[in-house]
Amino acid sequence: MNWNWTTLKDFLPSFWDGLLVTLQALLLGSLIAFALGLFWALAQRSRLKVVSWPVTAFTEFIRNTPLLVQLFFIFYVLPEWGLTLSALTTGVVGLGLHYSTYTAEVYRAGIDGVPAGQWEAATALSLPRSRTWTAVILPQALRRVVPALGNYVIAMLKDSPMLMTIGVLEMLGEARQFGSQTFHMNEPIVLVGIAFILIAYPASLLLRALERRLVR
Amino acid sequence: MTDFSAGLWELLLRGVWITVQLTVYSAALGAAVAFVVGLARTHRLWIVRFISGAYFEIFRGTSALVLMIWVFFVVPLTLGWQLVPMWAAVLTLGCTYGAYGSEIVRGAVAAVPPAQTEAGIALGFTPAQRLRKIVLPQAWPEMVPPFNNLLIELLKGTALVSVLGVGDITFAAQLVRNATGDSAPVYTVILVMYFVLAFLLTRVMRLVERRAKAGVGRSAPSGRTVIRKAGPGPRKDLVADSSATGGAA
Repeated sequence: MNWNWTTLKDFLPSFWDGLLVTLQALLLGSLIAFALGLFWALAQRSRLKVVSWPVTAFTEFIRNTPLLVQLFFIFYVLPEWGLTLSALTTGVVGLGLHYSTYTAEVYRAGIDGVPAGQWEAATALSLPRSRTWTAVILPQALRRVVPALGNYVIAMLKDSPMLMTIGVLEMLGEARQFGSQTFHMNEPIVLVGIAFILIAYPASLLLRALERRLVR
Repeated sequence: MTDFSAGLWELLLRGVWITVQLTVYSAALGAAVAFVVGLARTHRLWIVRFISGAYFEIFRGTSALVLMIWVFFVVPLTLGWQLVPMWAAVLTLGCTYGAYGSEIVRGAVAAVPPAQTEAGIALGFTPAQRLRKIVLPQAWPEMVPPFNNLLIELLKGTALVSVLGVGDITFAAQLVRNATGDSAPVYTVILVMYFVLAFLLTRVMRLVERRAKAGVGRSAPSGRTVIRKAGPGPRKDLVADSSATGGAA
């Protein structure tokens, strides 16, 4: 193994840029995934078949097809339809949309996990439907799903290198660019790999601790 | 739908075949890794638990694409020999998804009631016999549904190999896109192809699950069987249910 610390030092500035882009994509992607996932989960519970059925079909389709292809689809097909997004926006939308179908399942399980007595109590108190959701069901459901949502944020972090393929200069994109300019591929890639572990491992420990506190 | 020539369809279908091969080989390697690492993580020696735990955290912690690019671009430069792209991909996918699988194996083995192991000890089974004849047969049905999810993740993960230039579905789609200059049809077609593959995979795993559950005297997962339990016998129940198990993938 020819390991060169100077190469590593040369790569560091681009690495920080890449890390920033990765975290940016992760943060925005998570926000989309959390919001859209809740929307899917509620729409799937709708009593109207015309709402619940297409939403279920759509989320199943997105969940069972590769994120990489979805990114290509958003990146290459939407402009043909007259909607041009930047590479990073495409990546954020792709990550958010893909993972919203996972968070939808998480929310669904959380909502199903609220005891039936809570629904009955809300009915007995003749709370309006909107109040039942916002004051009784969702607060209890969301508390339970926080750790599971966090796991998907970590999963999203590990899928973020795919954004490289559409030209986003996140960590792996920076490493690859550096490699093609200097022909030193080893050090950047190893650093990026370690960076992923250094972010993901403490985050998963944190989630485990959170799970012990929130989910009884 | 579109004006793909026969040659382009052939390209896509050859891509499907590569994707299927990749999925099968990586799943085989992944299953081996999952069982070895998963069982090692329940080993009584701390050093074995530590090494397998480190393997799990490293491969779970980093991204499959980063590993794949490292194996593909860096290993040849440093070691002087190069893996065929296909096998570099199978190696990384198998090791990564095997790490995820090891958690499934560990969890399912831990969920077998301890009394079962104790009974095995009382009857004078060797540790290997306990594992093979008592623990694994009971843990296996619990593993099948999460393995199904993991297999679908693996199938989706195979799309990454297109970055290395392996001619899977996604790579073929890029070629078709370049040839026709039209993105919408080809990407729609391959998304549907992936979905169909995932659907078929789920159907196969449902069969495996039913077999596994029947093997330990439990019936199929759907709630419907519970209601029909009052009928003549469990065997007939399983047969009757085989047509009824449907639902989304």
